[in-house]
Amino acid sequence: MYIAASRTSDLAAGNDRKPALRRVAANVVALGLVSLVTDVSSEMVTAVLPLYLVLGLGLNPLQFGLLDGLYAGATAVVRVLGGHLADRWRRLKAVAGLGYGLSAVCKLGLVAAGSSVAAIGVVLAADRTGKGIRTAPRDALISLSSEPGALGRSFGVHRALDTVGAFLGPLVAMAVLALSLGSYTSVFFTSFCIAAIAVLLLVLFVRDRPAVVDRDGVSLRAAFGLLRSKDFRRITIWAALLGLVTVGDSFIYLLLQRRWDVAATYFPLLPLGTAGVYLLLAVPLGRLADRIGRWPVFLGGHVALCLALVLICGPQAGFWLAVVALGLHGVFYAATDGVLMAAAGPLVPSGLRATGLAVVQTGQAAARMLSSVLFGLAWTLWDLRPAVFVAAAALAAVALAAAFVRPVRP
Amino acid sequence: MKKVLLAVGGTVLLIVAAVAFTLGSRHDNAEAGPAAQLTLAPGQLLYRTVSTGRIASVPLSNPAATPQVSGLRCDRFAVAKHTAVCLAVQPGTLPAVTDVLVLDDHLAIKHKESLPGTPSRARVSPDGRLVYWTLFVTGDSYAATGFSTRAGLYEVDTGRLVKTIEELAVQVDGRRYFASDANFWGITFAPDGNRFYATLASLGKTYLVEGDYAHYHGKALRENVECPSLSPDGTRVAFKKKVGDGVWRLSVLDLATLKETPLAETRSVDDQALWADDHTVLYGLDNAVWSVPADGSGSPRKLAGDAASPAVTG
Repeated sequence: MYIAASRTSDLAAGNDRKPALRRVAANVVALGLVSLVTDVSSEMVTAVLPLYLVLGLGLNPLQFGLLDGLYAGATAVVRVLGGHLADRWRRLKAVAGLGYGLSAVCKLGLVAAGSSVAAIGVVLAADRTGKGIRTAPRDALISLSSEPGALGRSFGVHRALDTVGAFLGPLVAMAVLALSLGSYTSVFFTSFCIAAIAVLLLVLFVRDRPAVVDRDGVSLRAAFGLLRSKDFRRITIWAALLGLVTVGDSFIYLLLQRRWDVAATYFPLLPLGTAGVYLLLAVPLGRLADRIGRWPVFLGGHVALCLALVLICGPQAGFWLAVVALGLHGVFYAATDGVLMAAAGPLVPSGLRATGLAVVQTGQAAARMLSSVLFGLAWTLWDLRPAVFVAAAALAAVALAAAFVRPVRP
Repeated sequence: MKKVLLAVGGTVLLIVAAVAFTLGSRHDNAEAGPAAQLTLAPGQLLYRTVSTGRIASVPLSNPAATPQVSGLRCDRFAVAKHTAVCLAVQPGTLPAVTDVLVLDDHLAIKHKESLPGTPSRARVSPDGRLVYWTLFVTGDSYAATGFSTRAGLYEVDTGRLVKTIEELAVQVDGRRYFASDANFWGITFAPDGNRFYATLASLGKTYLVEGDYAHYHGKALRENVECPSLSPDGTRVAFKKKVGDGVWRLSVLDLATLKETPLAETRSVDDQALWADDHTVLYGLDNAVWSVPADGSGSPRKLAGDAASPAVTG
């Protein structure tokens, strides 16, 4: 179906008939496997943590929500720091490994913290710090290990593997809870063991890519200098602005539930629907991005989200519309998450890759947090449907502007 | 090749460690001491032993006595007349599923309902004919890790189940109230088995709702009243009054005069109070059960340690 369009990339990449996994660098597959195993470990904990804190320790759900939001904000700052130090020391693998290791040790910390809420707070903060530290160096490694023309595919493969882990995590947690007759400690300990396996895989199979640059190119000043590059500045600002008008996942699921009347028992399966579509489309959309351009695919993803919003709140309700909306939400993820990194990578000199990617991610993440607060407020003030229509209109407007006013030319 | 061997060896070792730990916990959790056969004979203080989850009993007149511990494990527990209710999370369910167990006066299971959510509150109506509960349900609310609550009830005689009272027609300020985010918690019934109270939360506010079960409608009486608990004489409501984010003061509201009296417990209490008699309320705090006079006088007294979810037979 893409024979004509793919001709030029065929010449560049050689034989197109090999499966996608074999045509990406071994290092990218190794990083994907590390992410897969790490995600099993972290999603296990994410799945049981609300239960553990509220039921096991009697924490008030509201307090837990506040706690959680706070840490998500803190990660943003650490991310830039992790990225910059990785560039400066020219040790992407070591800094990423530090992040993975820290998060692994934190799982043991949860066991040790026992019923002390303060200690659990500290451990969770350290865990998020680990996640913040590792993300940018890892994405920089993926980007530096790939052919520039196949970045979309590389990120697609990585994100698909990552999502497999997210699928498996809650299942493993359920199995451990059933086997141990409801022991949360066993879930944390098993999570630690799995995280340790991921660190082992990273140490053994991921190769570092010392960037070929002169050392003095990696100063703080050079990092800030990145924003002087027109295309990098544009991609950072547009990603943040789009983040600001992106309606968060939990809102989407809530909307779907309201419209579709999902029984509460099945409600938690909705994210699996998104993840399933993401898993299936991450590689194809990554390849499409390599062929027709990453920026159009990234914007297309936002259009998919916009359509999903309109469908959910449109005049028609029905099972199939809800399924289509959920599918579009998956398309949004497949077309934006890895693709943005693939688009931003080539705009940053290789010696500053981790720093540059961290800046883009942080801008987007911070904007999305703000958007959650704003959307929550709009919902409270105007009720759900008007809030969604305003959000969809804003999203369409910003996506259109990003396509035609000062577009990014990667 | 060496790397692959190292990876496989390390992985196997770590998985073995995880399985060994998990099976070890299974052994600890399955272990149970001798279980006493409890009944709902009058004059007892029953509670949940926090460390094991098992239901224990001491004489209300001498709560310092060595407790008799049953084999029944619950996360929340309540009694009235010849009926008891036990909320217990099913192990290994994600998202959590709670078993609502309706028990007779020998704590034998008469009926079981499995509902989504984790236990928050449980009560039995004074006539023993209704059991009602509040469950936390994940993912219902808009905050990513947010909770919302779902309050439901079960008619012991007829077997009728109301999974959530969200459909209750409620009037706020004399007008029928509609909101997509309406949430109820903390039901409490009057001795007549028809008049009841509960907290309604919507758009950031909480209301005390007085309901009529037969006609299935209700009206908001007052703001900022959470987890109401009606006194045995039906004239007052003990409740938690929000005084800050995540901070509640245990108070009593006189339903005739709408006069509020803060009780002598100054620490924040996040529990549905329980009236031991018309002059005393009990509550769980810091893994212990406490009692405090219902008129604002006196001071809190610790009745039992390693205890939560107090219930009194009478």
